[in-house]
Amino acid sequence: MEQTNFDISIVEYGFFVSAILVILVGLYGALVKKSLIKIVIGLSILESGVNLLLITIGYIQGGTAPVFSPQLLKDMPLTLENIRNLGNGMVDPVPQALVLTAIVIGFGVTAVALSLVIRLYRHHHTLVIDEIKNLKW
Amino acid sequence: MIIYLIFLFVLLALMVGAAIYSIMQKDLLYAVIGTGVISLVLSVLFLILQAPDVALTEAAIGVALTTIIFIITIRNTVRYEDEHDRKENK
Repeated sequence: MEQTNFDISIVEYGFFVSAILVILVGLYGALVKKSLIKIVIGLSILESGVNLLLITIGYIQGGTAPVFSPQLLKDMPLTLENIRNLGNGMVDPVPQALVLTAIVIGFGVTAVALSLVIRLYRHHHTLVIDEIKNLKW
Repeated sequence: MIIYLIFLFVLLALMVGAAIYSIMQKDLLYAVIGTGVISLVLSVLFLILQAPDVALTEAAIGVALTTIIFIITIRNTVRYEDEHDRKENK
């Protein structure tokens, strides 16, 4: 990855504000809408916003991707100081690993929710949650 | 540099706009396409934020698989939010 040096104060505020806006829009959809599929869509949007917020928190200005390449290690003497300073110019890899897991788990949650929506539709013949009143299937 | 900033803010505005569109849309198929647009823009933003592995996963799962299972659900149930076509089928 090439290094990108730009004025981070504007850009990082832009990322934070748009991530929080996406979270709020998804929360509105999950809380207010009546259709079950629209509720699942709102949850999916909410999850996307949370992923963007976590990745933005882990970003460091001018950092590179947290991947070691052979070019980086080629002409470097293998002393203890060099090994300690190896990850200095990189962004934080912990939120990236977290988000990588969260994307896959979010897909599983969406699949289970949609299968429940199909079961409810086959039993009640509607998806409006005001018309589904009894709790027995 | 200023071109890069404009490109970045256009991407952010496109993501927020697609989120609002897919919540407000009555036709659920168009709303699902809106969530696909959100995931596509989000994968480009992950690439800008120096997370290429997350960008690859988001592009594969968010754009393809999530859209496919939503479309399967819409095909098995109803297409519109207010269900005016359900009364016609009965």
